[in-house]
Amino acid sequence: MKKVIMGNHALSYGAMLARSQVIAAYPITPQTQVVELLSEMCADKTLDAKFIKVESEHSAMAACIGASVAGARTFTATSSQGLALMHEMLHWASGGRLPVVMGDINRSMGPGWSIWTDQNDSLSERDTGWMQYYCASNQEVLDTVIQAFKVSERLAIPSMVILDAFALSHTYEVVDIPDQAKVDAYLPPFRPQVRLTPDDPHAFGGLTSPEHYFELRYKLQKDMEKAPALIEETGREYEKMFGRYLGLVEDYLCEDADIILVTSGTAGYTARVAVDEMRKGGIKAGNLRIKVFRPFPFEHVRRIVKNAKKVAVVDRNISYGHHGMFFQEVKSALYGQDKSPPVFGFIAGLGGRDITPSTFKEIVDITLSKDKPEEEIIWIGVKR
Amino acid sequence: MKKPRTMKLSLPEEELVGSGNLACQGCGATLAMRYVLKALGQRTVLCIPACCWSVIDGPFPHSCLDVPVYHCAFETAASTASGVKAGLEMVGDTETTVVAWAGDGGTFDIGIQALSGAAERNDDIIYVCYDNEAYMNTGIQRSSATPFGAWTTTTPVKHFKNRPKKDIDAIMAAHRIPYIATASIAYAEDVYKKAKKAKDIQGTRFLHIYAPCPTGWKSRPEDSIRLARMVVQNSIFPLYEIENGEKYTLSIKVKDKKPIHDYLKLQGRFRHLTEDQIKFMQEEVDKNWARLLRKVESSD
Amino acid sequence: MIRKKEAKKIVFQSEKEMPMMPMSLGSMLYNKTGAWRNIRPVVDLENCIQCGICWKFCPDMSIFIENEFPYVNYDYCKGCGICAEECPAKCIAMVEEEK
Repeated sequence: MKKVIMGNHALSYGAMLARSQVIAAYPITPQTQVVELLSEMCADKTLDAKFIKVESEHSAMAACIGASVAGARTFTATSSQGLALMHEMLHWASGGRLPVVMGDINRSMGPGWSIWTDQNDSLSERDTGWMQYYCASNQEVLDTVIQAFKVSERLAIPSMVILDAFALSHTYEVVDIPDQAKVDAYLPPFRPQVRLTPDDPHAFGGLTSPEHYFELRYKLQKDMEKAPALIEETGREYEKMFGRYLGLVEDYLCEDADIILVTSGTAGYTARVAVDEMRKGGIKAGNLRIKVFRPFPFEHVRRIVKNAKKVAVVDRNISYGHHGMFFQEVKSALYGQDKSPPVFGFIAGLGGRDITPSTFKEIVDITLSKDKPEEEIIWIGVKR
Repeated sequence: MKKPRTMKLSLPEEELVGSGNLACQGCGATLAMRYVLKALGQRTVLCIPACCWSVIDGPFPHSCLDVPVYHCAFETAASTASGVKAGLEMVGDTETTVVAWAGDGGTFDIGIQALSGAAERNDDIIYVCYDNEAYMNTGIQRSSATPFGAWTTTTPVKHFKNRPKKDIDAIMAAHRIPYIATASIAYAEDVYKKAKKAKDIQGTRFLHIYAPCPTGWKSRPEDSIRLARMVVQNSIFPLYEIENGEKYTLSIKVKDKKPIHDYLKLQGRFRHLTEDQIKFMQEEVDKNWARLLRKVESSD
Repeated sequence: MIRKKEAKKIVFQSEKEMPMMPMSLGSMLYNKTGAWRNIRPVVDLENCIQCGICWKFCPDMSIFIENEFPYVNYDYCKGCGICAEECPAKCIAMVEEEK
């Protein structure tokens, strides 16, 4: 069924179709519509789930963790300050190997208060052991939520489905909402091997000495390493049933490109428009949109950029004292490779500053004008 | 040889807490768990945040408990328990009792937000706070449950704790939850009875159990039961129930209220107190007791 | 259902033997806390009035009832002395451990 819905509601529909059983969430702009629609769905029994109206995001994740270890499929959503408040509990979910799925609306961190988009909130959590999917369309959001549950439950690793504040969360687009019966066939009920039950009592998460902790975390990393292949496999299954494939990256005209832009989120869609314009103007540009950031798609990135003359990574985030975080990771993925073009790092669009096709034009012009990047960070659009 | 008569135990014999646990000698918290689990039975899930019981349970991959346990983050006892209850119901288990089992730190201080949230929603959990009156697990630092006058590592003798103990039971009463009870390990049958009563009530139930800590109070391990008895008989920690936030019922009608002096004398954490300070503390105890009696009277 | 409890410390040779998340697989019975003691309780069964109070107040579940009388499990008794203090017949003595 095709419907015109906002990005936030695409998250809600995804959680509903996935038959989430427990939702614990706290409102924060610009996520509120996600939980409001889910509340309605629970109230009128479109979704058979318990919605715990917790009193903070920290409690939201704690409740999700409790529900998940009890054996229920759990979902929540948040943004920015709320995600930051959950930080401690994100570690608890991943270390506890619980397949919680969470929507995060990429919103800038205060102070000053900003409700507009950038990626620092989710990227500040890149070390927590959660998988991270960056979406650029509402269809992608809905499809990703359903697939995220499948992958998370197979690997026992939580994941977050990320969309830009307002640019995607509040944008209305046509979304093909799949049939519940078909989703049920794709995503079976959650049946964990171990859970909290008096029939088989265990104590979870007890005191773990240096003798054991290392191995437990080794196992988490090893399972995370299985994710890229699993995401592609479950993605192909989804394509067979619903006609759409997600994968780890989107390769737009990169094959013969001289200069490849590396982007994520809605800026990645804008980049395609810019690439088309530049191609018309004779520049062989391409766009590599990274959809899955954790686990990092090393093979895809290396394969796609290796024949380009230059790479320009565009970050809508910054790790203060270093660089944009996609830039850091792309550059380190290319280190030591046989063919590794020079990588230019750009920061644009922090705090919701608009990223337009002309932003990318400027980026490509700068990149083409130099053999190698002269500055570590090249800022686009800052009034200096 | 005497002819043996049958021994009649005042509590069920079955143990759900095992030996080999890591509790200190004379630990009150272990007895609190022992009595509550006897009442609640094996079909119970415990959510234990950072507290002494995180360690008493034993290290991975072992546990001294015969019930399922989720060790959770410090401030999340109540929120985790709310989630567990919701999750269990959604997977078809409506029978298992979900218990948040926290120390005074995780209840009065860092965990109070989650506790208040769960209570306001009247989530169907039993929240048990075993109160040893300081952050004992991290080495005896003061909490808001530490009584006036006590030494702790963060309230050294020159700056002993000079704020009164937070009245957590009044705070919980303000949430209008169905059942609140105070209990003390010296009155084991009373702990058992109250836990049993709580088990059959729906909604948020709060049990506040006094649990002496020889290590943190600098008292003799063998005095733990004695202290737990004295604290009731001098009305520092009266035993009562509050139903629906309004109806107060005393569990024990203490006849001759004992002065607090003998109780303080048995604990090194009070050794530095002067007569004047003890007199002040006695007055506060008397005031609190009178206030409670008024609440009991106006409930009738 | 209470699982049968073994008094055995669990040791893993490799990560492959370990559960995916930190999760208990056995009891604490391997940990013989009796080694903590300096003094041990000795019950004078002749004068024992079979009230059950020592059993009731033991924080280590180290007093068990057999043939209607209390016995100390010296594998686990930590020697806290609560049983001796609380015994109304004063028939439990705390005696120095011989090393």
